[in-house]
Amino acid sequence: MSQPAKPAPQPAGRAAAKKELPEHFKAYKHVWVFIEQERGHVHPVSWELMGSGRRLADKLGVELAAVVIGPTGDATKAAVAESFCYGADLAYVVADDVLTDYRNESYTKALTDLVNTHKPEILLLGATTLGRDLAGAVATTLLTGLTADCTELEVDSDNSLAATRPTFGGSLLCTIYTLNFRPQMATVRPRVMSMPDRVEKPVGRVIEFPLGLVEADIVTKILAFVPDRDKATSNLAYADIVVAGGLGLASPENFQLVRQLAGVLGAEYGCSRPLVQKGWVSADRQIGQTGKTIRPKLYIAAGISGAIQHRVGVDGSDLIVAINTDKNAPIFDFAHLALVTDAIRLLPALTEAFRKRLSAHTRDRIAS
Amino acid sequence: MHIVVCIKQVPDSAQIRVHPVTNTIMRQGVPTIINPYDLFALEEALRLRDKFGGEVTVLTMGPPTAEDSLRKALTIGANRAVLLTDRFFAGSDTLATSYALAAAIRKIGSTFGAVDVVFTGKQTIDGDTAQVGPGICKRLDFLQLTYVSKVSSLDLDARTIEVERRSEGGVQVLRSNLPCLITMLEGTNQVRRGSMINALNAARAEVVKWSAQDAGVEDIQKCGLRGSPTVVKRVFAPTPRAEKAKVVEAAGQPPAEALIDEIFKLRPKLENEMFELARGF
Repeated sequence: MSQPAKPAPQPAGRAAAKKELPEHFKAYKHVWVFIEQERGHVHPVSWELMGSGRRLADKLGVELAAVVIGPTGDATKAAVAESFCYGADLAYVVADDVLTDYRNESYTKALTDLVNTHKPEILLLGATTLGRDLAGAVATTLLTGLTADCTELEVDSDNSLAATRPTFGGSLLCTIYTLNFRPQMATVRPRVMSMPDRVEKPVGRVIEFPLGLVEADIVTKILAFVPDRDKATSNLAYADIVVAGGLGLASPENFQLVRQLAGVLGAEYGCSRPLVQKGWVSADRQIGQTGKTIRPKLYIAAGISGAIQHRVGVDGSDLIVAINTDKNAPIFDFAHLALVTDAIRLLPALTEAFRKRLSAHTRDRIAS
Repeated sequence: MHIVVCIKQVPDSAQIRVHPVTNTIMRQGVPTIINPYDLFALEEALRLRDKFGGEVTVLTMGPPTAEDSLRKALTIGANRAVLLTDRFFAGSDTLATSYALAAAIRKIGSTFGAVDVVFTGKQTIDGDTAQVGPGICKRLDFLQLTYVSKVSSLDLDARTIEVERRSEGGVQVLRSNLPCLITMLEGTNQVRRGSMINALNAARAEVVKWSAQDAGVEDIQKCGLRGSPTVVKRVFAPTPRAEKAKVVEAAGQPPAEALIDEIFKLRPKLENEMFELARGF
């Protein structure tokens, strides 16, 4: 610590960011989407990303590739075939039984080797537990930029990836570029992008790639996998109808009013962040920036004021109905239908009215 | 055993305001807290130390005022606190942050004893990226265990660790080796309250303060804005929707009925779909 200090370099300013891409990165072309498989199923976020990936690739005039990493066998083959139906021009496949279950070491090696060999310009992954675990490790290994939880992906006028994400707890949005490094990496949460149409397209190029690892090379071992028993909790993001409650419900007992309405509608129920923080509702029911993103056909928000964090999680809903006593609550800025009233009083009436309406419907059908 | 816990001092996100003209964050007057997820990591580290002996060093990178969070961590029970602070770190993205923190952890290892486990929260509440943990891990070439809900066992002689890790469809039970980096899930343990003795000691304790040079950062170009491949080009407020919500007027009928009428008027197809859904229940 007593050494004479070298002349200190100046802290970098934004102007230090060069715009010219280093020569060796100019070979990086094409858009890749990591197809997330866990236990034989492709996570739907991968197909949602294929929709964005297709758009980016078309704008850049390049190809869209699916990256399928998994065990040998039917599930991986099916994932490859399905990726063509969702718009992939080609698929890079690393199939090895060592890859049966996700482990960071093996998947990081597979994906970084693929990138170093085939050089994509853009690499997209789902912001799931698996995707975030993998993306962070791969980006650091490749020493490139990674933008988390993007809500919008665009290509700007000079063909850079413009990745927009909420910042500061969702109060603002920011657009982030990876200027001098490749690939440009981004993750997107499930349900943020809409699901593209599936088109029968059985053909596409397949490029197989070896893993270059055997089981003995991998330190981490999987001792067991315990699947979730309560499947319903993970359906919130994919529900057609969602009813949620917020602080306006005033007490944990009143949250059952939300559950009762959801029950009558065959809907999933959720809540805003404060209710999780207060311990009224479990964390897997939280809707918003740090919880689940939803895209239902109908969303009923009862006693939720609608902080921007909440808005980010529900903006893709087809019809947002807000019930709140405060007519100036921010939720009325992005809801479609507003009822300025006390949710505690309205919810039981609404449950009863829906019950009647839907059972009347049943009678009509039986009569006809 | 030596455990390092990486924490971050974050603004209490519920209280952040945005300057209406410059679109910048107004931090003045916003209280700061230890990133709540990091507290679960600290608690898990303290439990391992209590069981197996050794020390817990808590590390943060930030402005000099981040010392407050370190003292709070000492009060909760950490043995030692290191503050990595230098103007060259300003503007670091997750890649540059992981570079600086990894350098500091190496230095902590060589100064205070080899590091067996690095703990951190699953993500921060201000950045929300969950990238710094994996980043540090790769820089150190440790084994990566993210979204851990439970450390089931640890064998210091065999240098093995068993954890339960959250995945999309269930829980993975993994056995790995030391040294490793663990990011802890929220709600995994009950974070202890600091004792009066700890609080008194924490107030007097020396917080180790390192500059980039002190921490042995080799290449200053890899720090701060200069070392960050990602660049924020534009910060903006979300576009307000063109129309405000249509207010439901309950003209002469119960408000609940009026609301249902409006819903089906706007989305006629929903009525049949809801019938199908409701029938299933």
